Amino acid sequence: MTLNDLTRETGEWLRGKGPKGEIVMSSRIRLARNLDDLPFPHWAKPVQRAQVLARVQDMIKVSKFLKGSMFLKIGELSELDRLFLVERHLISREHAVEGTESNQKGVVISDLEIISIMINEEDHLRVQVMQSGFNLQEAWRVLGQVNAEMEEKLAYAFLPEWGYLTACPTNVGTGMRASCMLHLPCLVITKQIDRVLHAITKLGLTARGLYGEGTEALGNFFQLSNQVSLGISEEEILDNMERLIRQVIEQEEAARTALLNQSRNSLEDRIWRAYGTLRSAHLITSNETIEMLSLVRLGVDLGLIATLEQGKVNQLFIQTQPAHLQKLEGRPLTPSERDARRAKLLRESL
Amino acid sequence: MRCDLCNEREATVHLTEMIDDQSRELHLCEPCAREKAPKGLQGFGLAELLAGLADFGSKMGEETKAKLVCPRCKMTYEDFRKTGRLGCGQCYETFHRALAPLLKRIHGSGEHVGKEPAAGKVPAEELSQLKEQLKKSVAEEAFEEAARLRDRIRALEVKPKRARKI
Ligand SMILES: [Zn+2]
Ligand SMILES: [Zn+2]
Repeated sequence: MTLNDLTRETGEWLRGKGPKGEIVMSSRIRLARNLDDLPFPHWAKPVQRAQVLARVQDMIKVSKFLKGSMFLKIGELSELDRLFLVERHLISREHAVEGTESNQKGVVISDLEIISIMINEEDHLRVQVMQSGFNLQEAWRVLGQVNAEMEEKLAYAFLPEWGYLTACPTNVGTGMRASCMLHLPCLVITKQIDRVLHAITKLGLTARGLYGEGTEALGNFFQLSNQVSLGISEEEILDNMERLIRQVIEQEEAARTALLNQSRNSLEDRIWRAYGTLRSAHLITSNETIEMLSLVRLGVDLGLIATLEQGKVNQLFIQTQPAHLQKLEGRPLTPSERDARRAKLLRESL
Repeated sequence: MRCDLCNEREATVHLTEMIDDQSRELHLCEPCAREKAPKGLQGFGLAELLAGLADFGSKMGEETKAKLVCPRCKMTYEDFRKTGRLGCGQCYETFHRALAPLLKRIHGSGEHVGKEPAAGKVPAEELSQLKEQLKKSVAEEAFEEAARLRDRIRALEVKPKRARKI
């Protein structure tokens, strides 16, 4: 498998088939791990970072779960390919930016993009599993298997008192960050979103935008994740998150029902106008696309737009991103060329 | 309390800086503390944030802390203050006294209760290093440090390693 094969495929997490997929786009869990005998990436010498990369590469060759995965060195990728991986949520923005040769950054990507491992990011390893819909349990089951296998081959920095040791003290303990991507258009429309997010923040979750830390909540997407990783077990973290997220889902469902009952016409108007824009535009920016697709996704979920499948809409969120468009076209595009190409793709797909 | 920077999220990081006897307070949410503080506010980088927290409640004298050097990766406590990042796993032991209150403040708890590495992974190398450090501390009559190391060695040697699948 090569990077270009991915352009024709869809990650498992975009299928739109998981539990509560109409509100929860995807569930993801990542574990931060560091090798016991080498300095953390930012403090290591290039030769030590190269050792990390080499050990992971060796580990993959004998791994049951990762055999056949793609192993990529970030320093060998074009800027476009790096952005492509960011858009697919396979690597972080930070991992893409500082991808010079001496940083020895790498990424492992499994079949269907379910498992991915960032190498030499803030920690030696960031092992991530993504699933479609509200499915932290399945993500944890897969991650548990991968992690157990990796732990047989790699000795990790660990203290009984403080758990898995990480470069930043905010990640010690379980080293776990679990997150769900929620689509909450009706909580936004009914102006309840601030109250809901405020409440869950008080109860131990953090809310971020579509592309992680510091990004705004574009397209009514909110990424909710656990704040604390020490003094709480992995199962407790997941239980706590599931309980809270279930409540957020219920609130969004209630808002959807209320809007349909009380202002159906104006809701339908917004949704169909968005659909119309996407089907007719000849120039459209990435941000407008996300905002309009968000309403179309809602229309599909509510059964108003019966001709579209949710998986297709999910896919368009990613395919209309700048790097994806350029991979599709097979050449670099200026921003205005991209707006035209994006509009063409949307007209053809919808 | 709302965050001073974005005025949206709840502030969870609280800072006080003393300049010429004037205290200045800053209340930030976690994303802003990480993202915006280093750019927006000179002298309020994440490193300072973390170090500021680290100093909070720590009974260890500044001088003692400044002298700490990680035997494995050579990171000094000063380096940690500057970057907000540890240098290696061993740093957590080296800076143990300074880190304990920081971790408590970040996580609200000081003890790991989650998964542990599978059986047979108590690194022999780590034990022998600790024993080496213990000898040195005793020789230097740094008895507080020696007592800590002794407890740590005991914990490592006695603690039965559970083999477990998650
Ligand atoms: Zn803020
Ligand atoms: Zn160190």
